[in-house]
Formats: sequence, C-alpha cells, structure tokens
Amino acid sequence: MIKSLVRLLVMASAVAVATASPRAAAPLKIVATTTDLASLATEIGGDKVKVNSLALGKQNPHFVDPKPSFISLLSAADLLIVVGRELEIGWLPPLQTSSRNGKIQVGGSGYLDVSANVKILEIPTGQITRAMGDVHPFGNPHYWLDPGNGRIMARNIQVKLSQIDPPNATYYAQRYADFDQRLAAAEKRWDATMAPYRGTKVVTYHRSWPNLMERWGLDVMGYVEPKPGIPPSPSHIIALIGEMKRQGVKLIVVEPYFEVKTPQSIANQVGGQVLVLPPSVGGVEAATDYIKLFDYNVATLSAALRQTTGK
Amino acid sequence: MRGSWLGVVIVAASGAAAVGRPAMAQSLPPVTPAVVGAAPADVQQVRDEIARLIKELLALERRLLELESPKSLESPKSPKSPESPESPKSPEGPKSPESQTPAPPAPAPAAGSRMFNPDTSVIANFLGVAGRNPLSSQPVMQLSEAEVSFQAVVDPFARADIFLAGSAEGVEVEEGFITFTSLPGKLLLKAGRMRAQFGKVNTLHTHALPTADRPIVTDNLVGGEEGITDAGFSLSHLIANPALFLEVIGEVYRGDDPVFQSPERSKLAYVGHVRGYRDLTESTNIDLGTSFAFGPTDVGTPLAPGDPILNKRLIGIDATFRYRPPQRAIYQRLNLRTELIWSRQDLPLGARANAFGFYGLGEYQFARRWYVGGRFDRSGRVDDGTLHDNGGSIFMTFWPSEFSQIRGQARRTKYAEGIVAHEFLFQFNFSIGAHGAHVF
Repeated sequence: MIKSLVRLLVMASAVAVATASPRAAAPLKIVATTTDLASLATEIGGDKVKVNSLALGKQNPHFVDPKPSFISLLSAADLLIVVGRELEIGWLPPLQTSSRNGKIQVGGSGYLDVSANVKILEIPTGQITRAMGDVHPFGNPHYWLDPGNGRIMARNIQVKLSQIDPPNATYYAQRYADFDQRLAAAEKRWDATMAPYRGTKVVTYHRSWPNLMERWGLDVMGYVEPKPGIPPSPSHIIALIGEMKRQGVKLIVVEPYFEVKTPQSIANQVGGQVLVLPPSVGGVEAATDYIKLFDYNVATLSAALRQTTGK
Repeated sequence: MRGSWLGVVIVAASGAAAVGRPAMAQSLPPVTPAVVGAAPADVQQVRDEIARLIKELLALERRLLELESPKSLESPKSPKSPESPESPKSPEGPKSPESQTPAPPAPAPAAGSRMFNPDTSVIANFLGVAGRNPLSSQPVMQLSEAEVSFQAVVDPFARADIFLAGSAEGVEVEEGFITFTSLPGKLLLKAGRMRAQFGKVNTLHTHALPTADRPIVTDNLVGGEEGITDAGFSLSHLIANPALFLEVIGEVYRGDDPVFQSPERSKLAYVGHVRGYRDLTESTNIDLGTSFAFGPTDVGTPLAPGDPILNKRLIGIDATFRYRPPQRAIYQRLNLRTELIWSRQDLPLGARANAFGFYGLGEYQFARRWYVGGRFDRSGRVDDGTLHDNGGSIFMTFWPSEFSQIRGQARRTKYAEGIVAHEFLFQFNFSIGAHGAHVF
C-alpha cells in the first residue's frame, strides 16, 4: 500500500515536472509622468516592460489632475520615472503617498528622476521670489527637448532597469545601443535641416523651449507670457509687438495647450505667423515616439522658418 | 553656522590626533604587552605598522574633507553618463557634438542640514463680510487664518505633515500626522491629529474650498469650520480591481472635537469611508463616496465619567462629477458636487433627534483665471431636525496667479426662525513658500 502511494507520488511529481513550462516573467510595470519618458522607457524596455504615462502629450505637464485612477497605476508600479526639477510638484507627491507603494517613493528602489546629468538651462541665480512668476529653482524642467539630453535620459533608464531587473541587463543595453544609433543618425538629419536658421530670433508662449532653441542656435527674443505662469497682459503684448517689429521677429511658437488667439493677434500685427509645436510625444498624431517628435518638430519648425526668413 | 563650528572642531581634533599619534607611537611599545620583551626587530615592525596605519588614517581624513566640501555635493551620484567607457557606442561613429560634451553637473542642492528641512509654506485667508445678519457674529474683516505647513519625508517608511493654524485666538495644530507609506497589503496608516475622512468638505482646509464659507449642513451637523478634526489613527486600504478605484478607510479618534466629545478614554469616536472613482472619458470622471461616523457627545453639557453616554451617528453620501478637457485644462473646467448627510443624536431621557441636510455646488472655470459658481443649501439642526435653515450663494473667483485668489460671494440665508440675511463675503487667499499640490 505504502509502496503504491510512494510510486504514485513519484509519478505525479515526474508528470508535474515534465509538463511544467517555464513561466514567462511578467513585464515590469513602469509608470512615467509624461509621454516622453514613457516613449524612452519603451525604447529601452521593449517587451520586457509595460509602460503607462500619467500626463497626456497634449496636456500641460505643470497642471495635471492627481486623479485617483493614477493611484491605482502607481500602486502596482515597479518603477516610477519622473522628469523632476519640480515639473510634477503640483500633482505627483500626493499620488506617491497614496500609492501605498514604498518602491516608488523618492529614494526608493523603483524611483527614477531622469534629470541626473542632463543639461539644465535657466537655473536661477541670486534671490528667487514668486515675483519672477512660477520659476523652477532647479532650472527649466523642459530639458527633454534637446535630443542630446534624450540620450542621457535613455541611458539613465537603461541603468535603472538593469539594476531592478539584472537578468535582462544585456537586453536593455542592446536596446539602448540601438536607440543611440538611431538617435545619432536622426540628429545628423535634424542638425543639417536646422543649420541655415542658426541665429534666427523667435518668440515662444511659455519657457518650454530653451533646450530645443539652444540646440539649433535659435534665439528666443521674448515670450507671450510676461512671466512663467502669468497670462499675457495688454501692456506686455504692446511692448512685445513693438520689440518684435524693431527686431524683425516673425515667428511665434505656441504649445498646443495654450490659447492661440493672443499669439495670432500679435502675429497679425507684426506680419508673422503662429506655429503650434508639440513639446511632448502625442502632442500631435504624428509624434508617436521620441524620435518622431523631433522629426515632426524639426520639419514643421524649419518649414515655418523658411517661410518667415526666406532662407 | 553650527555646522561650520562642528566641522572646525572635528577637523581640529582630527589634526591634533594626527599630530599626536606619532608621539604616542613612540611611547607605545614599552607599555604594550605584546611588545614587552620583544626583539628589537619586532619592535621596529610594530612601529612600521603603526606608521603605515597613521598614513592611511591621514589619507582617509583627507578624503573625508574632500567629501565634506561643497564641490562634492554639486552632482549627486548618478548612472554613468553615456560617454563612460562602459557606454555602448554607436556603430555610426562619433555622436553629435552635444552628446560628446560632458553634461554639466546638476545644480547644487542646499548645503548641509538645510537639505533635510521640510517644505514650508504659509497660506493666509483674509475674510470679510458685509450685510446684516443678526444670527452671525462674523466680524466685518478678519485674517481668519494663517496656516503654516511643514511637510517632509521622515525616513524610508514614512512622511510627516504638520499644519499650524494661527488666528486672533492663538495658534493651534490644525493637523499633524505621520503617514506610513510602505506598509504591506496596500495599506496606508496615518497617526496623529487630522481631519477625518468624512465626506468631502470635512477633509478640506478652508483655503482649499471653492467658496468663502462652508455649507450650512457642515455648520449644522458636521462641526462647522473645524469639523471632525481630532487625534487618532486612520487606516486605509486600496481594493485593486480593473473596474474602478476603490478605497476603504477606517478611523478611530479620541472624541474631542466639535462633533464628538468623549468623557472617558474607553469611549472613542469612529469614522468609516468608502470611495469609488472612475474615469468616464479622458475629460470626465465621477467620484462617489459614503461615510459613517459614530461617537459620544455631551450635547452642550460636559459629561463626567459614569454619566449616560449620548451618542451621535452621522451618515453621509457624496458625489462629484468633473469635466476638464486635458488640452484646455488651464482654461476650462466644471465641478458638480453634492453631499447628503443624516444625523441621529441621542438626547437626555432617551430621546433622539434626527436631522438631514445637503448642499449642491457647481463651479465653472470660463477663462484661465476666472471661475463662477453657485451653491444651494438646506439643513435641519442637529438637536431639532424639524428646524430647517436654507441658503443660496453665487460666487466668482479671480486667480491673479497660482499663488493667490480673490473671491466675492453673495449669500442669502433663511433661518428656521424666519430671519432672512443677505450678505456679501469677500476673501483674499494667498500663499508663500513651497509649491503645494493642487487640490483634486
């Protein structure tokens, strides 16, 4: 009797071992605060990760509602990737606290601020007050709009993924190498396209574009907002129109989440044009990933510059 | 400054020790038991060893000083840059000039212990009222509150939030609690003094309200301005499911607030809340909740231990509908909210008073800095549900920036006594300091 039982157990174990297929590892759950970070995380993580973005590409990343549905996503996340530099300060901290997920708290093993080592512009010096508008004491947080920074951000993501998922470290390194190669090739195209317009002056609505403008040598002469976060006033608009006329500035770049009525009236006054340019992946249909965002922006911006400068 | 002095003392002590040690080394061999009776060669070996250790110690001290210098704080250790030797190289050859240029260091964080200072902000609420209301003692103008907040991470397991409220009556701890963020089982624990999670209005600080006052039902049944704010514990659990966000909260309080008053330690107040939330579309969502509160009361006369306990039960239902198109989020939004509250209050001699009240509120943002809205109020009184107060308000808010707001509110109140009051409230809210999170 006992012998039979032992035999049965051995046979059952053998069948179980033989039929058991290795369970595919579940993909890492990544939550990125913006679509740009989500795109870079997808580039590096490939099919080893499942990525969600909190903000939409057409949304102002400063003003995102901290919706409870985000808490559900963050609660299950293995990794939270943030832009940092206080871009998300108005909405992310309460979501992190409510997530009940120790990994994604600041300093946790599943928290990544990709701004480490990127090139940050407009870091305020001297005394900072709110009289300067909604300034960011750690510099302009729209740094992802320089593809050189995008490479560093991707690298930061690769290193982090390798830390939390060591068995796939080689996979992530290969994905990074592939992305780096494609980005480098794209940068050559973009640099060549934008080269004729180096030194051209433009106006932007918000201070979203310093990295992009510096990258291609464009000179931001002024802003539709008198100060960051402060809507345009009539006196500021009049002064801006006068200055644009004096300096011959014809192009106003506007993010898709700002009104175009005021920029359009300024453009009418100076005989220029308004260009709606997406700062983030998903801001327009064509910008489906990080490289395509620049493809779209460079093509659109260069076309507008060609038209306004005649070059 | 204190840190500098400490640094000087440590460096001086280290230096003195470093200078002193060779002399000690000279005198050590004769008294060290291991060396007593040793051959001269052994003594020399020990001396050499001590000299080597001193050299290493000095090197370590130099390294420590380097690490303590502000320069070392400029760039927190980060993943290797793409230009590091280990970095995979593009087969296409050199990268763009930008990618070859070493990235500048990250900005220096605040030096020394200041790095650990909590986020600090002050929010002030200047409130005024015009018009006649014989049942209101609200002054014509007052700085009703200046709220100072300190918020920071405590350690890898918790964060702390402290809110001090200063007014003409003095300074009090409005809230002060620790939140444990890393508990297992999707649990979140708060301990300290806090606003109870009963409905919506009770959870909000005055400056976060869309109106200059609180609804009548809050004043009549849920403790008015202070509401259920007490010392206790709050434990909440997230019920993961694909259909909606579902949160269950259980709280226990001491019973020392405008709603509950406990005469003894063993009689506590309890609050429960269930919240369900779902995104309907990318622009719309609905937020539903039900709340329950139970605890002892004194019905206006302080109870002594052993007196019969007079309990109060509150049941609340809240519903919020929000519309905010993401692409126009800074220009347009609509919030519709209602709260319905039932109260059952034990009275002396076995009597009970049942009361019901509610409000309905709508707020619409029609421009980047402008909001309009209206609110309808109706509520019975906690000790006599047959007496009803009714009210209606319309309000407009102007936000000069994210950090200040100016509000006007026209309010009509018809009290159960038949008195009708027409008032105009005005409010200036302004904040300084750290950027706080937006209210949702």
